[in-house]
Amino acid sequence: MTIITRRQALITSLAGSGLLLSGCSKIFQADALTESASFQRVLAAAQSWTRATQRFLLAGGQMAQQYKPSDISPYFKPNGTYNPGGADYNRQVAEGFVNWRLQIDGMVAHPLSLSVAELRRLPSRSQITRHDCVEGWSAIGGWTGVPLALLLQAAGLRAGAKYVVFYCADNLDGDPDKGGDQAPGRYYESIGLADATHPQTIIAYDMNGKPLDVAHGAPLRLRVERQLGYKMAKYVHHIQVVSDFSGIEGGHGGYWEDRGYDWYAGI
Amino acid sequence: MPNPVAEAVAETGKPRARPRREVIRRHSWPVRLTHWINALTIFIMVGSGLNIFNAHPRLYWGQAGANFDKPFLALHAWPDWITIPSYTDLADARHWHIFFAWILVANGALYLAWSLGSRHIQRDLWPGVSDLRDIPRSIIDHIKLRHPKGEAAKRYNVLQRLAYLGLLALLIGMVLTGLCMSPGFDAFAPWLVDAFGGRQSARTLHFLFASAIVLFIVVHLIEVVLAGPINELRSMITGRYAVPGEHD
Repeated sequence: MTIITRRQALITSLAGSGLLLSGCSKIFQADALTESASFQRVLAAAQSWTRATQRFLLAGGQMAQQYKPSDISPYFKPNGTYNPGGADYNRQVAEGFVNWRLQIDGMVAHPLSLSVAELRRLPSRSQITRHDCVEGWSAIGGWTGVPLALLLQAAGLRAGAKYVVFYCADNLDGDPDKGGDQAPGRYYESIGLADATHPQTIIAYDMNGKPLDVAHGAPLRLRVERQLGYKMAKYVHHIQVVSDFSGIEGGHGGYWEDRGYDWYAGI
Repeated sequence: MPNPVAEAVAETGKPRARPRREVIRRHSWPVRLTHWINALTIFIMVGSGLNIFNAHPRLYWGQAGANFDKPFLALHAWPDWITIPSYTDLADARHWHIFFAWILVANGALYLAWSLGSRHIQRDLWPGVSDLRDIPRSIIDHIKLRHPKGEAAKRYNVLQRLAYLGLLALLIGMVLTGLCMSPGFDAFAPWLVDAFGGRQSARTLHFLFASAIVLFIVVHLIEVVLAGPINELRSMITGRYAVPGEHD
């Protein structure tokens, strides 16, 4: 029988647990697996499980938590683009966004083009909600805007409409003067109709009782309260209703989605 | 030529072979199967969890919290070699973490269903009054690294029972606090988020519970080595466990 001294035992088990706990990716081949396309497809299955489960749990149209004015974060961390910059956007800022248009088209019966002032005259909704970033932090802010459901109703969805795509004025990869919706690095996002028509999903123009500032998406941004922050496109100028987003940009339905993040961001 | 065996037989009338240790079936197959799936899953969850944590290595208490708020605990990012994958990649780490979270939950549900149905938890883990009275003695035994022998070794001692039940509670806590970080789930069960003190408190507790699980694993592995790693490992693979004799 092997005799193990206490010291040996302690050293062996500490080394063993260190190895086990360290996630030694080299030994475990986690990196090789991460880079394998077939393994990624296996991991991606979880996204559809999560989405199906949450769709079932949220079938009643449950509302995201809302908070009191006193809960509002003293400083709401902006993320992604802090200022889109570029000649066009800078001019819009100088003009107070009077010439900003929100275009709504795609699979709709009546395409719309609305100014910020016109949006402000439509029925609005205000909500104080928590913004959860995929990185882990949260901030609470008050938002006022037009329910997206109202805009989609006014435009009239055509048969086969499945997703709503939001095009933004910011280019996270760099040159803001590389215009056009399809310019590489342009921020964009998309959501399904269940979230698009949820009462808390709004095109916000006010934050904490004041017009949106540049860092938080002036003049218009999306709020999708039951998903993570990267879904909540800022600087929105164009909303397109589609049946499929595989032909748009990288084909994954959003700027971060084209860079590996999940399209369904309810988790 | 003197023959020692013959001498021994002559002396006592029978061969003085070393008495064979009693071998029992210690762990049932569902416990063994779920144990190893759990071990692999926790290993991946800790590694990918630390990678996710590195995206914002600060913890807060309450509903909200970000860079400009007072942290509950501000840590540094963990070194890459400890994380899965072994480079900073929040998107990939989340793919690992959320996939294996489903495995963890499915495996845990199977374990709980079987262990409650077969009364494994009630019989083998839940401490009785006599077990609880035994706590001080058991603590001293553990400090002196004295392991139970014979009949006592066939059942879990009270500290083992409490540790395994504690691990079970921690894993349930991990799943619940993990779910509370999901904005979709939070719309479904806002009361659970509030019960943990808010989304950021849930994130902090998720980290603290995970730390407690890592501590459990360290102690668990030390105990396995001290109690005889071959025998212990065999019992968790094949189920067969050699009971340490009274005079071993």
